[in-house]
Amino acid sequence: MRREPARGLVQHLPVIFPGLMLTVFFIVPFGTMVAVSFFRRQQGGFYVPDFVLANYARFLTPFFGNVLVFSLYLAIAVAVVSLIIAVPFTYLIARSRRQTQVIWLVALLSILSLSEVIIGFAWSTLLSRTAGITNLLVWLGLMEAPQALVPGFAAVLTGMVYQAMPYAVLVLYPSMVRLDPTLTEAARTLGASPLRAFFTVVLPALRTTLIATLIMAFIFALGSYLLPQILGRPSHWTLSVLITDQALYQSNMPFAAAMAVFLVLVSLALVALTMFAGKKLEA
Amino acid sequence: MPNTAAVRDKGTNQMTKLTDISISRRALLAAGATGAAVLAMPNVLRAQDRSLKVGAYGGYFKDSFDKNVFPEFTKATGIAVESVAEPTGEAWLVQLQQAANAGEAPADVSMISQTSMLKGQATELWAPLDAAKINNIDALIPTFINKYPDDRIAGIGAVAWYVTLVSNTDVYKEAPTSWAFLWDPSNADKLGLMALVSNSFLLEVTAKTFFGGTKALDTEEGILKAFDKLAELKGNVRLWYRDEAQFEQALKSGEIPMGQYYHDVTGLAIADGFHVRSTFPKEGGILDSGCWALSKASKKVEEAHLFIDFMSQPSIQALVTRKVGTAPTVKRSLTDLTDAEFAAASSEIDPIIPRYDMQVEKADWLSEKWTELIVG
Repeated sequence: MRREPARGLVQHLPVIFPGLMLTVFFIVPFGTMVAVSFFRRQQGGFYVPDFVLANYARFLTPFFGNVLVFSLYLAIAVAVVSLIIAVPFTYLIARSRRQTQVIWLVALLSILSLSEVIIGFAWSTLLSRTAGITNLLVWLGLMEAPQALVPGFAAVLTGMVYQAMPYAVLVLYPSMVRLDPTLTEAARTLGASPLRAFFTVVLPALRTTLIATLIMAFIFALGSYLLPQILGRPSHWTLSVLITDQALYQSNMPFAAAMAVFLVLVSLALVALTMFAGKKLEA
Repeated sequence: MPNTAAVRDKGTNQMTKLTDISISRRALLAAGATGAAVLAMPNVLRAQDRSLKVGAYGGYFKDSFDKNVFPEFTKATGIAVESVAEPTGEAWLVQLQQAANAGEAPADVSMISQTSMLKGQATELWAPLDAAKINNIDALIPTFINKYPDDRIAGIGAVAWYVTLVSNTDVYKEAPTSWAFLWDPSNADKLGLMALVSNSFLLEVTAKTFFGGTKALDTEEGILKAFDKLAELKGNVRLWYRDEAQFEQALKSGEIPMGQYYHDVTGLAIADGFHVRSTFPKEGGILDSGCWALSKASKKVEEAHLFIDFMSQPSIQALVTRKVGTAPTVKRSLTDLTDAEFAAASSEIDPIIPRYDMQVEKADWLSEKWTELIVG
């Protein structure tokens, strides 16, 4: 059956609502942010409408450049590690019995109900010297004395991967389940080992999904500002942390907006690059 | 346990996140409320002849004042207090300012931080107070009378609190005596300090400890010298915290055994049996405070003066110290606080008073230098 294009107001109605929501809750706030990023800051907490580039100029220093590079690096690391863990994990779940699948998925979804604050505090306790997992290792005789694993880069990465994992699995799961089992069977019949079949058949078949997962985990990690504070040292603070500082503590909305706009542009560019690279691979 | 620190300060991230959206929402509510008020007017008049809207930091402070202090005022004067929860940070200042421009006052009298007092002064937001109508003005410690540059009174001290040198008693058997101990090489990777130049007041601490007083921060050169000295401290700091609960937990467990923290909250932790102590170093604790200030758009000038005068009575200040845990804003000798009650909230060692003028005038420069110092 051929789909007729929608005609008239009545047929367009179903699209109007999401369109309206998108305008009200995304386009308008984002537009406001772009506008504010050009406003003139008045020291003392206020700003006046204007068109100045000072907010962007202030941002273009080696210091903020370093922070930006670190933020991107951290987000990429989180995305890659999440993917590396989530792909085999989801593959195994998708191959297991229905009941087992449900249990795993519910457990994963329950992580989503935890706030970032709780995740941060839980990990900082788990990795602490006084109450952390190293005490367990000492008890097992594997370590001399308990050690603090927090704050540090590994702690930040762990916390953020923990947080991004459920999303990665949720994006991967539908494609993995729907993946035609005859594909791997054919590969096996032709003599490929299970591992080889996974790498040469399953992964290429899921390329689009893998890229989508990577991008989602990356964007998700880029916005994180609580975990780097709770689990990291100042050198592990992301640009989002500095944006928060400017917006909430320095009341410098124009500068915060300029940084946020810049961050959005850079991440959009990276996403475009990834998708472009994905297309190239396919061709 | 009520976390006073979280409310009086710039607030936890969770709390402050809300303030962004509250401006427009509040404006909307205010517009709605004005409409509703017109209809409800006869009722209000019948219920209470006189009333005053008072803004207090939402959470622990507002709850304690609602429960222990405001009812006393109503009993004494017959003026009903309608308390309003202020959002943390500077959002309240912005709201008061915008409302005042429209001739509205979301609260008549509000608790205002010292930096917000200065910013409000710049736009004449605070109605000058009449000293003649505040009988208890002589009882106040002069620091707590906030004045315009031309000596008009902009605000009167409402609550005051100390940030002191705190330590875990299991790790440090002896109490430290000076802020200089933070720089001691033996403390490598052991300290928890506040993450912002505008709430840690560590420049002031450095100036008083090493450069003879906060006057050393008068010049940019002096400030840079203090920054250099602070840079030496960096290796000792394990945690630069924005969220008080994070440091408090680490201090109690001994994970991060020393740092700067609120004197009163540490007292509560001691009362709960945790092995921590709060020390007033010989250079003094950091004394931060909030003022009662009257919006220029308020029409309740008479009631506001009665309120501020009432709050400045030594007996009420003693009550606030006992019930809310803040330091009295009046001279100690005028109150009937016992040594233990006074020590729980304050000290007679000359305090370090933050250079709010510097914090406001050089805010952007300071925050940039500071961030580069601790992040770089």
